[in-house]
Amino acid sequence: MHRRLRWLLGTIVLVGIVALIVVRPMPILFHPELPYAPFIARCLFVLLLCSFLCLYRILRGPTAPDRVVAIDILGILVVGFCAVLGISTGRNWYMDIGIAWGLQSFVATIALAKYIEGKGLEE
Amino acid sequence: MNTIGIVIIGIGLFFDLMGCIGLVRMPDIYNRLQASTKCVTFGTCSILFGSFLIMGFSGGGMKALLCIAFILLTSPVSAHALSRGAHISGIKLWGKSVCDKYQEDRQPSAKV
Repeated sequence: MHRRLRWLLGTIVLVGIVALIVVRPMPILFHPELPYAPFIARCLFVLLLCSFLCLYRILRGPTAPDRVVAIDILGILVVGFCAVLGISTGRNWYMDIGIAWGLQSFVATIALAKYIEGKGLEE
Repeated sequence: MNTIGIVIIGIGLFFDLMGCIGLVRMPDIYNRLQASTKCVTFGTCSILFGSFLIMGFSGGGMKALLCIAFILLTSPVSAHALSRGAHISGIKLWGKSVCDKYQEDRQPSAKV
């Protein structure tokens, strides 16, 4: 009964936040005269909600691999952020940031996985 | 073409959100890995593909295609390494898990 109440409460809060984002997003932080400005604002707020869910798992992960998974997912979400910002402002170098961030996140995750495994890095 | 790109970006955002909800909701490290990695990889790849459709064959579009290739190559490798490391370091499975073939492979004498 207690678990079902928690499940219902979490569902209501999450659906409420998503509906608030979709129906009435806050005004966009940079120039409102850019193309696709309302859609870009909704995109950024949905990605921000995903990042907060990842941060919850990083803070409250019971074991170390949970935190590493959340860090990996956060790195992939930042690539999405860079793509959306690149559409919005029309600048090409956001994609460069995305490529570099993705590769660096991959290397960091491999190193942390080897560290969790308990062996050295030279194998 | 811009409308198709926006629809594909919307699909990608939906998959991202579902993957992160799975990351919070699932009971176990392996379930979390399975739920989050696939959904988030597919979601971010469709965001990048939508941005390629919007930008066209310019510098930004080709960089988006390159980024899709990198993510599709690197993300399953990191997920596999992470799950292998977690299993070797002795993280227990969820209580209601059905089978554990990797444990049987690692210890052939303990096979029932």
